Amino acid sequence: MNYLHHVLTHLRKDLRLEWRSRDAINGMLFFSLLVVVIFSMAFDPTAAASRQIAGGILWVALLFASITALNQGWAREVRNHVLDAQRLTPAPASALFLGKALANLIFVSAVELVLAPLFVIFYNLHALGEGWMMFLVLPLGTWALVCNGTFFAALGLRTRNRELMLPLVLFPISLPALLAMIQATTAILTGESDPELWVKMLFGYNVVFTTVCLLLFDIVLNAE
Amino acid sequence: MPQRTHTISGPDAPAEQSSSTGQILGLLWLAATLVVLVIGFRQAIFIAPTEATMGNMQRIFYYHVPLAILGLIFPYVNFGASVAYLILRRRNPLSALTADALALASAEVTVVYVSLCLATGMLWGRAAWGIWWAWDARLTSLLLLWLLYVAYLLTRRLSLSGETSTVGAVISVFAAIDVPIVYMSIQWWRTQHPAPVLTGEGSLDHSMYVAFGWNVLGWAMWGIFLIAFRFALERRRQLQQQELALSVLEASLEPIQPRFTQEPPNAL
Repeated sequence: MNYLHHVLTHLRKDLRLEWRSRDAINGMLFFSLLVVVIFSMAFDPTAAASRQIAGGILWVALLFASITALNQGWAREVRNHVLDAQRLTPAPASALFLGKALANLIFVSAVELVLAPLFVIFYNLHALGEGWMMFLVLPLGTWALVCNGTFFAALGLRTRNRELMLPLVLFPISLPALLAMIQATTAILTGESDPELWVKMLFGYNVVFTTVCLLLFDIVLNAE
Repeated sequence: MPQRTHTISGPDAPAEQSSSTGQILGLLWLAATLVVLVIGFRQAIFIAPTEATMGNMQRIFYYHVPLAILGLIFPYVNFGASVAYLILRRRNPLSALTADALALASAEVTVVYVSLCLATGMLWGRAAWGIWWAWDARLTSLLLLWLLYVAYLLTRRLSLSGETSTVGAVISVFAAIDVPIVYMSIQWWRTQHPAPVLTGEGSLDHSMYVAFGWNVLGWAMWGIFLIAFRFALERRRQLQQQELALSVLEASLEPIQPRFTQEPPNAL
Protein backbone atom coordinates (compact mmCIF):
# COMPACT_ATOMS: atom_id res chain seq x y z
CA MET A 1 0.00 0.00 0.00
CA ASN A 2 2.83 2.31 0.96
CA TYR A 3 4.71 1.39 -2.23
CA LEU A 4 1.62 2.11 -4.30
CA HIS A 5 1.39 5.50 -2.62
CA HIS A 6 4.96 6.33 -3.67
CA VAL A 7 4.29 5.22 -7.24
CA LEU A 8 1.14 7.35 -7.41
CA THR A 9 2.97 10.37 -6.05
CA HIS A 10 5.64 10.08 -8.74
CA LEU A 11 2.99 9.51 -11.39
CA ARG A 12 0.97 12.52 -10.28
CA LYS A 13 4.09 14.71 -10.33
CA ASP A 14 5.00 13.64 -13.88
CA LEU A 15 1.44 14.10 -15.13
CA ARG A 16 1.26 17.57 -13.60
CA LEU A 17 4.58 18.56 -15.15
CA GLU A 18 3.41 17.35 -18.55
CA TRP A 19 0.02 19.03 -18.17
CA ARG A 20 1.73 22.37 -17.56
CA SER A 21 4.28 22.16 -20.38
CA ARG A 22 2.78 19.61 -22.84
CA ASP A 23 6.24 19.26 -24.36
CA ALA A 24 6.36 15.49 -24.67
CA ILE A 25 2.89 14.87 -26.10
CA ASN A 26 2.95 17.72 -28.62
CA GLY A 27 6.41 16.75 -29.82
CA MET A 28 5.54 13.07 -30.14
CA LEU A 29 2.24 13.73 -31.86
CA PHE A 30 3.66 15.98 -34.53
CA PHE A 31 6.70 13.77 -35.03
CA SER A 32 4.67 10.60 -35.54
CA LEU A 33 2.29 12.44 -37.85
CA LEU A 34 5.26 13.46 -39.98
CA VAL A 35 6.53 9.88 -40.06
CA VAL A 36 3.10 8.67 -41.23
CA VAL A 37 3.00 11.25 -44.03
CA ILE A 38 6.59 10.54 -45.12
CA PHE A 39 6.05 6.78 -45.24
CA SER A 40 2.83 7.25 -47.15
CA MET A 41 4.68 9.33 -49.75
CA ALA A 42 7.65 6.97 -49.86
CA PHE A 43 5.59 3.84 -50.53
CA ASP A 44 2.41 5.28 -52.11
CA PRO A 45 0.56 2.08 -51.17
CA THR A 46 -2.65 0.61 -52.58
CA ALA A 47 -5.35 -0.48 -50.14
CA ALA A 48 -4.16 -4.10 -50.04
CA ALA A 49 -0.50 -3.16 -49.71
CA SER A 50 -1.21 -0.58 -47.03
CA ARG A 51 -2.89 -3.27 -44.95
CA GLN A 52 0.37 -5.23 -45.15
CA ILE A 53 2.68 -2.38 -44.19
CA ALA A 54 0.50 -0.19 -41.93
CA GLY A 55 1.29 -2.26 -38.81
CA GLY A 56 5.00 -1.80 -39.33
CA ILE A 57 4.72 1.91 -40.03
CA LEU A 58 2.47 2.52 -37.01
CA TRP A 59 4.94 0.92 -34.61
CA VAL A 60 8.04 2.41 -36.19
CA ALA A 61 6.44 5.86 -35.95
CA LEU A 62 5.54 5.26 -32.29
CA LEU A 63 9.00 3.90 -31.53
CA PHE A 64 10.75 6.95 -32.97
CA ALA A 65 8.28 9.31 -31.37
CA SER A 66 8.58 7.74 -27.93
CA ILE A 67 12.38 8.06 -28.10
CA THR A 68 12.00 11.85 -28.19
CA ALA A 69 9.74 11.85 -25.14
CA LEU A 70 11.69 9.31 -23.11
CA ASN A 71 14.84 11.41 -23.10
CA GLN A 72 12.91 14.49 -22.03
CA GLY A 73 11.36 12.65 -19.11
CA TRP A 74 14.68 12.22 -17.33
CA ALA A 75 16.15 15.50 -18.51
CA ARG A 76 13.50 17.16 -16.33
CA GLU A 77 14.82 15.34 -13.29
CA VAL A 78 18.41 16.34 -13.96
CA ARG A 79 17.65 20.05 -14.00
CA ASN A 80 18.19 21.67 -10.58
CA HIS A 81 19.61 18.37 -9.28
CA VAL A 82 16.16 16.89 -8.69
CA LEU A 83 17.56 13.42 -9.35
CA ASP A 84 20.08 13.79 -6.52
CA ALA A 85 17.20 14.68 -4.22
CA GLN A 86 15.34 11.60 -5.46
CA ARG A 87 18.33 9.47 -4.53
CA LEU A 88 18.25 10.84 -0.99
CA THR A 89 14.59 9.99 -0.40
CA PRO A 90 13.89 6.83 1.58
CA ALA A 91 11.26 5.81 -1.02
CA PRO A 92 12.23 2.71 -3.04
CA ALA A 93 14.00 3.55 -6.31
CA SER A 94 11.76 1.24 -8.32
CA ALA A 95 8.72 3.35 -7.32
CA LEU A 96 10.31 6.31 -9.09
CA PHE A 97 10.88 4.14 -12.16
CA LEU A 98 7.38 2.69 -12.14
CA GLY A 99 5.81 6.13 -11.74
CA LYS A 100 7.76 7.52 -14.67
CA ALA A 101 7.14 4.47 -16.86
CA LEU A 102 3.39 4.70 -16.16
CA ALA A 103 3.43 8.41 -16.98
CA ASN A 104 5.20 7.66 -20.26
CA LEU A 105 2.66 4.91 -20.95
CA ILE A 106 -0.13 7.46 -20.55
CA PHE A 107 1.61 9.97 -22.85
CA VAL A 108 2.28 7.47 -25.62
CA SER A 109 -1.26 6.05 -25.30
CA ALA A 110 -2.65 9.57 -25.70
CA VAL A 111 -0.63 9.92 -28.90
CA GLU A 112 -1.97 6.56 -30.10
CA LEU A 113 -5.56 7.66 -29.50
CA VAL A 114 -5.03 10.53 -31.93
CA LEU A 115 -2.79 8.66 -34.33
CA ALA A 116 -4.89 5.51 -34.80
CA PRO A 117 -7.91 7.26 -36.40
CA LEU A 118 -5.54 9.28 -38.61
CA PHE A 119 -3.95 6.04 -39.72
CA VAL A 120 -7.32 4.60 -40.67
CA ILE A 121 -8.04 7.71 -42.74
CA PHE A 122 -4.66 8.15 -44.44
CA TYR A 123 -4.17 4.48 -45.33
CA ASN A 124 -7.85 3.66 -46.03
CA LEU A 125 -7.73 0.85 -43.51
CA HIS A 126 -10.41 -1.40 -42.20
CA ALA A 127 -9.39 -4.46 -40.25
CA LEU A 128 -10.19 -7.78 -41.92
CA GLY A 129 -9.32 -9.69 -38.74
CA GLU A 130 -10.66 -9.18 -35.24
CA GLY A 131 -10.33 -5.43 -34.74
CA TRP A 132 -10.98 -5.52 -31.01
CA MET A 133 -7.67 -7.34 -30.52
CA MET A 134 -5.97 -4.01 -31.24
CA PHE A 135 -7.13 -2.86 -27.80
CA LEU A 136 -4.95 -5.65 -26.42
CA VAL A 137 -1.98 -5.21 -28.75
CA LEU A 138 -1.70 -1.42 -28.42
CA PRO A 139 -1.29 -1.22 -24.61
CA LEU A 140 0.92 -4.32 -24.45
CA GLY A 141 3.17 -3.06 -27.24
CA THR A 142 3.31 0.44 -25.80
CA TRP A 143 4.30 -0.89 -22.39
CA ALA A 144 7.06 -3.00 -23.98
CA LEU A 145 8.52 0.14 -25.59
CA VAL A 146 7.98 2.46 -22.67
CA CYS A 147 9.16 0.19 -19.85
CA ASN A 148 12.53 -0.59 -21.42
CA GLY A 149 12.74 2.89 -22.88
CA THR A 150 12.33 4.58 -19.50
CA PHE A 151 14.95 2.27 -18.05
CA PHE A 152 17.53 2.87 -20.75
CA ALA A 153 16.85 6.60 -20.77
CA ALA A 154 17.80 6.57 -17.08
CA LEU A 155 20.87 4.53 -17.97
CA GLY A 156 21.63 7.14 -20.61
CA LEU A 157 22.07 9.74 -17.87
CA ARG A 158 25.33 7.92 -17.15
CA THR A 159 26.66 8.44 -20.67
CA ARG A 160 28.21 11.32 -22.54
CA ASN A 161 25.82 11.23 -25.47
CA ARG A 162 22.36 10.67 -24.07
CA GLU A 163 20.31 11.20 -27.23
CA LEU A 164 22.40 8.73 -29.20
CA MET A 165 22.72 6.09 -26.53
CA LEU A 166 18.99 5.45 -25.99
CA PRO A 167 18.16 4.15 -29.49
CA LEU A 168 21.49 2.29 -29.64
CA VAL A 169 20.48 0.07 -26.75
CA LEU A 170 16.69 0.21 -26.90
CA PHE A 171 16.34 -0.91 -30.53
CA PRO A 172 18.27 -4.18 -30.31
CA ILE A 173 16.75 -5.11 -26.94
CA SER A 174 13.18 -4.43 -28.05
CA LEU A 175 13.46 -6.07 -31.47
CA PRO A 176 11.59 -9.23 -30.41
CA ALA A 177 8.80 -7.09 -28.93
CA LEU A 178 8.72 -4.94 -32.05
CA LEU A 179 8.48 -8.06 -34.19
CA ALA A 180 5.59 -9.32 -32.07
CA MET A 181 3.69 -5.99 -32.20
CA ILE A 182 4.09 -5.66 -35.95
CA GLN A 183 3.16 -9.29 -36.65
CA ALA A 184 0.11 -9.08 -34.38
CA THR A 185 -1.05 -5.80 -35.94
CA THR A 186 -0.54 -7.09 -39.48
CA ALA A 187 -2.39 -10.30 -38.60
CA ILE A 188 -5.33 -8.25 -37.30
CA LEU A 189 -5.39 -5.90 -40.29
CA THR A 190 -5.08 -8.57 -42.98
CA GLY A 191 -7.01 -11.31 -41.15
CA GLU A 192 -4.70 -13.89 -42.76
CA SER A 193 -3.24 -15.35 -39.57
CA ASP A 194 -3.97 -15.60 -35.89
CA PRO A 195 -2.39 -12.84 -33.72
CA GLU A 196 -2.82 -14.89 -30.54
CA LEU A 197 0.73 -16.29 -30.45
CA TRP A 198 2.23 -12.81 -30.84
CA VAL A 199 -0.02 -11.31 -28.17
CA LYS A 200 1.06 -14.05 -25.78
CA MET A 201 4.68 -13.45 -26.65
CA LEU A 202 4.30 -9.72 -26.08
CA PHE A 203 2.75 -10.44 -22.71
CA GLY A 204 5.64 -12.74 -21.75
CA TYR A 205 8.18 -10.16 -22.91
CA ASN A 206 6.50 -7.49 -20.78
CA VAL A 207 6.44 -9.66 -17.67
CA VAL A 208 10.11 -10.60 -18.01
CA PHE A 209 11.45 -7.15 -18.76
CA THR A 210 9.26 -5.28 -16.26
CA THR A 211 10.64 -7.58 -13.57
CA VAL A 212 14.25 -7.05 -14.68
CA CYS A 213 13.80 -3.27 -14.89
CA LEU A 214 12.30 -3.08 -11.41
CA LEU A 215 15.10 -5.22 -9.96
CA LEU A 216 17.97 -3.38 -11.63
CA PHE A 217 16.73 0.20 -11.42
CA ASP A 218 18.25 0.73 -8.00
CA ILE A 219 21.70 -0.05 -9.45
CA VAL A 220 21.19 2.43 -12.29
CA LEU A 221 19.97 5.23 -10.04
CA ASN A 222 22.83 4.85 -7.61
CA ALA A 223 25.59 3.95 -10.06
CA GLU A 224 28.89 5.67 -9.57
CA MET B 1 60.82 9.58 0.64
CA PRO B 2 63.06 6.55 -0.11
CA GLN B 3 60.90 4.58 2.30
CA ARG B 4 57.80 5.16 0.19
CA THR B 5 59.47 4.09 -3.04
CA HIS B 6 60.53 0.94 -1.25
CA THR B 7 56.97 0.09 -0.20
CA ILE B 8 55.74 0.62 -3.75
CA SER B 9 58.43 -1.54 -5.34
CA GLY B 10 58.06 -4.17 -2.62
CA PRO B 11 54.83 -5.89 -3.72
CA ASP B 12 55.84 -5.31 -7.34
CA ALA B 13 58.49 -8.03 -7.34
CA PRO B 14 56.14 -11.07 -6.93
CA ALA B 15 53.67 -9.45 -9.32
CA GLU B 16 56.40 -9.24 -11.95
CA GLN B 17 57.29 -12.86 -11.34
CA SER B 18 53.69 -14.03 -11.71
CA SER B 19 53.29 -11.94 -14.87
CA SER B 20 56.39 -13.58 -16.40
CA THR B 21 55.06 -17.08 -15.60
CA GLY B 22 51.78 -15.90 -17.07
CA GLN B 23 53.62 -14.87 -20.22
CA ILE B 24 55.32 -18.27 -20.50
CA LEU B 25 51.99 -20.05 -19.98
CA GLY B 26 50.40 -17.78 -22.58
CA LEU B 27 53.12 -18.51 -25.12
CA LEU B 28 52.83 -22.27 -24.51
CA TRP B 29 49.04 -22.02 -24.88
CA LEU B 30 49.45 -20.04 -28.10
CA ALA B 31 51.89 -22.62 -29.49
CA ALA B 32 49.50 -25.48 -28.64
CA THR B 33 46.62 -23.54 -30.20
CA LEU B 34 48.54 -23.00 -33.43
CA VAL B 35 49.43 -26.71 -33.61
CA VAL B 36 45.79 -27.71 -33.12
CA LEU B 37 44.65 -25.15 -35.72
CA VAL B 38 47.17 -26.49 -38.24
CA ILE B 39 45.95 -30.06 -37.63
CA GLY B 40 42.37 -28.80 -37.93
CA PHE B 41 43.17 -27.06 -41.22
CA ARG B 42 44.81 -30.19 -42.66
CA GLN B 43 41.89 -32.37 -41.53
CA ALA B 44 39.27 -29.98 -42.89
CA ILE B 45 40.88 -29.16 -46.24
CA PHE B 46 42.83 -32.29 -47.22
CA ILE B 47 41.62 -35.31 -45.25
CA ALA B 48 37.86 -34.95 -44.67
CA PRO B 49 35.85 -36.54 -47.52
CA THR B 50 34.25 -34.29 -50.12
CA GLU B 51 30.57 -33.77 -49.47
CA ALA B 52 28.21 -35.49 -51.96
CA THR B 53 26.02 -32.62 -53.19
CA MET B 54 27.90 -29.45 -52.25
CA GLY B 55 31.43 -30.60 -53.03
CA ASN B 56 34.40 -28.71 -51.64
CA MET B 57 32.20 -25.75 -50.76
CA GLN B 58 30.96 -27.69 -47.74
CA ARG B 59 34.42 -27.45 -46.15
CA ILE B 60 33.60 -23.96 -44.88
CA PHE B 61 31.31 -25.82 -42.47
CA TYR B 62 34.40 -26.79 -40.42
CA TYR B 63 34.97 -23.09 -39.69
CA HIS B 64 31.45 -21.72 -39.74
CA VAL B 65 29.91 -24.11 -37.21
CA PRO B 66 32.71 -24.00 -34.58
CA LEU B 67 32.66 -20.19 -34.77
CA ALA B 68 28.88 -20.22 -34.33
CA ILE B 69 29.03 -22.59 -31.34
CA LEU B 70 31.76 -20.57 -29.64
CA GLY B 71 30.07 -17.28 -30.51
CA LEU B 72 27.09 -18.58 -28.56
CA ILE B 73 29.20 -19.77 -25.58
CA PHE B 74 31.28 -16.64 -24.97
CA PRO B 75 28.22 -14.44 -24.22
CA TYR B 76 27.62 -16.69 -21.19
CA VAL B 77 31.11 -15.78 -19.93
CA ASN B 78 30.18 -12.14 -20.39
CA PHE B 79 26.88 -12.61 -18.55
CA GLY B 80 28.49 -14.53 -15.68
CA ALA B 81 31.23 -11.93 -15.25
CA SER B 82 28.68 -9.09 -15.38
CA VAL B 83 26.51 -10.69 -12.70
CA ALA B 84 29.65 -11.25 -10.60
CA TYR B 85 30.49 -7.58 -11.07
CA LEU B 86 27.05 -6.45 -9.93
CA ILE B 87 27.23 -8.67 -6.84
CA LEU B 88 30.81 -7.77 -5.88
CA ARG B 89 30.55 -4.07 -6.78
CA ARG B 90 29.97 -2.88 -3.22
CA ARG B 91 31.47 -5.72 -1.23
CA ASN B 92 34.78 -6.14 -2.98
CA PRO B 93 35.42 -3.43 -5.58
CA LEU B 94 38.84 -4.76 -6.59
CA SER B 95 37.72 -8.26 -7.56
CA ALA B 96 34.63 -6.64 -9.14
CA LEU B 97 37.02 -4.83 -11.49
CA THR B 98 38.58 -8.18 -12.42
CA ALA B 99 35.12 -9.50 -13.30
CA ASP B 100 34.48 -6.39 -15.37
CA ALA B 101 37.71 -6.90 -17.32
CA LEU B 102 36.62 -10.47 -18.08
CA ALA B 103 33.18 -9.24 -19.19
CA LEU B 104 34.71 -6.73 -21.58
CA ALA B 105 37.21 -9.25 -23.00
CA SER B 106 34.57 -11.91 -23.62
CA ALA B 107 32.17 -9.41 -25.20
CA GLU B 108 34.82 -8.26 -27.65
CA VAL B 109 35.75 -11.82 -28.62
CA THR B 110 32.03 -12.64 -28.97
CA VAL B 111 31.66 -9.84 -31.51
CA VAL B 112 34.72 -11.05 -33.42
CA TYR B 113 33.54 -14.67 -33.53
CA VAL B 114 29.96 -13.83 -34.46
CA SER B 115 31.19 -11.44 -37.19
CA LEU B 116 33.37 -14.21 -38.64
CA CYS B 117 30.50 -16.67 -38.38
CA LEU B 118 28.19 -14.28 -40.25
CA ALA B 119 30.87 -13.66 -42.89
CA THR B 120 31.58 -17.36 -43.52
CA GLY B 121 27.83 -17.99 -43.54
CA MET B 122 27.36 -15.33 -46.22
CA LEU B 123 30.13 -16.84 -48.37
CA TRP B 124 28.46 -20.23 -48.11
CA GLY B 125 25.00 -18.79 -48.71
CA ARG B 126 26.15 -17.04 -51.89
CA ALA B 127 27.47 -20.34 -53.26
CA ALA B 128 24.73 -22.68 -52.00
CA TRP B 129 21.56 -20.57 -52.05
CA GLY B 130 22.71 -18.01 -54.65
CA ILE B 131 22.06 -15.15 -52.21
CA TRP B 132 24.33 -13.50 -49.66
CA TRP B 133 21.69 -13.13 -47.01
CA ALA B 134 18.27 -14.53 -46.16
CA TRP B 135 16.05 -13.33 -43.32
CA ASP B 136 15.80 -16.80 -41.94
CA ALA B 137 15.54 -17.74 -38.27
CA ARG B 138 19.13 -18.61 -37.47
CA LEU B 139 20.70 -15.84 -39.52
CA THR B 140 18.41 -13.21 -38.06
CA SER B 141 18.86 -14.32 -34.47
CA LEU B 142 22.64 -14.44 -34.85
CA LEU B 143 22.57 -10.98 -36.41
CA LEU B 144 20.55 -9.73 -33.43
CA LEU B 145 23.05 -11.31 -31.05
CA TRP B 146 25.78 -9.43 -32.91
CA LEU B 147 23.80 -6.17 -32.71
CA LEU B 148 23.24 -6.62 -28.96
CA TYR B 149 26.93 -7.05 -28.21
CA VAL B 150 27.99 -4.25 -30.52
CA ALA B 151 25.50 -2.05 -28.66
CA TYR B 152 27.05 -3.25 -25.40
CA LEU B 153 30.55 -2.27 -26.52
CA LEU B 154 29.40 1.07 -27.95
CA THR B 155 27.60 1.99 -24.73
CA ARG B 156 30.67 1.18 -22.72
CA ARG B 157 32.59 3.52 -25.00
CA LEU B 158 30.00 6.29 -24.59
CA SER B 159 29.54 5.99 -20.84
CA LEU B 160 31.10 8.29 -18.26
CA SER B 161 34.48 7.00 -17.16
CA GLY B 162 33.56 6.07 -13.58
CA GLU B 163 30.32 4.33 -14.51
CA THR B 164 31.37 2.23 -17.50
CA SER B 165 31.40 -1.05 -15.60
CA THR B 166 27.96 -0.65 -14.03
CA VAL B 167 26.31 0.52 -17.25
CA GLY B 168 27.96 -2.34 -19.13
CA ALA B 169 26.95 -4.96 -16.57
CA VAL B 170 23.30 -3.83 -16.62
CA ILE B 171 23.15 -3.95 -20.41
CA SER B 172 24.83 -7.35 -20.40
CA VAL B 173 22.08 -8.73 -18.14
CA PHE B 174 19.43 -7.32 -20.50
CA ALA B 175 21.20 -8.79 -23.52
CA ALA B 176 21.50 -12.22 -21.92
CA ILE B 177 17.77 -12.25 -21.13
CA ASP B 178 16.93 -10.98 -24.58
CA VAL B 179 18.87 -13.64 -26.50
CA PRO B 180 16.55 -16.63 -25.77
CA ILE B 181 13.48 -14.43 -26.42
CA VAL B 182 14.95 -13.29 -29.73
CA TYR B 183 15.72 -16.89 -30.65
CA MET B 184 12.17 -18.12 -29.93
CA SER B 185 10.41 -15.19 -31.55
CA ILE B 186 12.41 -15.55 -34.73
CA GLN B 187 11.85 -19.30 -34.77
CA TRP B 188 8.15 -18.54 -34.90
CA TRP B 189 8.73 -15.92 -37.54
CA ARG B 190 10.44 -18.06 -40.21
CA THR B 191 13.00 -20.70 -40.98
CA GLN B 192 15.16 -21.53 -44.01
CA HIS B 193 18.56 -22.53 -42.61
CA PRO B 194 19.76 -26.16 -43.09
CA ALA B 195 18.51 -28.34 -40.24
CA PRO B 196 20.98 -28.62 -37.36
CA VAL B 197 23.37 -31.41 -38.25
CA LEU B 198 24.51 -32.22 -34.72
CA THR B 199 21.20 -32.28 -32.84
CA GLY B 200 18.47 -32.17 -35.46
CA GLU B 201 17.33 -34.20 -38.47
CA GLY B 202 20.46 -33.43 -40.51
CA SER B 203 23.31 -35.91 -40.27
CA LEU B 204 27.10 -35.76 -40.48
CA ASP B 205 29.24 -38.61 -41.81
CA HIS B 206 31.43 -40.16 -39.15
CA SER B 207 34.66 -39.32 -40.99
CA MET B 208 33.73 -35.63 -40.93
CA TYR B 209 33.50 -35.57 -37.14
CA VAL B 210 37.31 -35.81 -36.80
CA ALA B 211 37.94 -32.63 -38.78
CA PHE B 212 35.04 -30.92 -37.06
CA GLY B 213 36.31 -31.89 -33.59
CA TRP B 214 39.84 -30.57 -34.24
CA ASN B 215 38.47 -27.27 -35.48
CA VAL B 216 36.11 -26.82 -32.55
CA LEU B 217 39.02 -27.46 -30.19
CA GLY B 218 41.39 -25.17 -32.10
CA TRP B 219 39.01 -22.24 -32.32
CA ALA B 220 37.98 -22.68 -28.68
CA MET B 221 41.66 -22.53 -27.65
CA TRP B 222 42.21 -19.50 -29.88
CA GLY B 223 39.15 -17.77 -28.39
CA ILE B 224 40.33 -18.48 -24.84
CA PHE B 225 43.76 -17.13 -25.76
CA LEU B 226 42.24 -13.94 -27.15
CA ILE B 227 40.05 -13.46 -24.08
CA ALA B 228 42.99 -14.03 -21.73
CA PHE B 229 45.18 -11.64 -23.70
CA ARG B 230 42.52 -8.93 -23.78
CA PHE B 231 41.79 -9.57 -20.10
CA ALA B 232 45.45 -9.07 -19.19
CA LEU B 233 45.55 -5.86 -21.22
CA GLU B 234 42.43 -4.50 -19.55
CA ARG B 235 43.78 -5.45 -16.11
CA ARG B 236 46.99 -3.59 -16.87
CA ARG B 237 44.98 -0.52 -17.88
CA GLN B 238 42.91 -0.75 -14.68
CA LEU B 239 46.01 -1.09 -12.48
CA GLN B 240 47.63 1.85 -14.24
CA GLN B 241 44.52 3.92 -13.61
CA GLN B 242 44.52 2.91 -9.95
CA GLU B 243 48.16 3.85 -9.57
CA LEU B 244 47.49 7.20 -11.22
CA ALA B 245 44.58 7.84 -8.87
CA LEU B 246 46.77 6.86 -5.93
CA SER B 247 49.59 9.19 -6.98
CA VAL B 248 47.13 12.07 -7.41
CA LEU B 249 45.80 11.32 -3.93
CA GLU B 250 49.31 11.26 -2.52
CA ALA B 251 50.20 14.51 -4.27
CA SER B 252 47.21 16.16 -2.63
CA LEU B 253 48.53 15.03 0.75
CA GLU B 254 52.03 16.35 0.05
CA PRO B 255 51.75 19.89 1.59
CA ILE B 256 50.90 18.38 4.96
CA GLN B 257 53.85 16.00 4.88
CA PRO B 258 56.80 18.48 5.28
CA ARG B 259 55.21 20.07 8.32
CA PHE B 260 55.27 16.75 10.14
CA THR B 261 58.83 15.96 9.15
CA GLN B 262 60.06 19.41 10.03
CA GLU B 263 58.55 19.55 13.48
CA PRO B 264 60.65 16.92 15.28
CA PRO B 265 64.03 18.73 14.64
CA ASN B 266 62.49 21.98 15.95
CA ALA B 267 61.38 20.20 19.11
CA LEU B 268 64.84 18.78 19.61
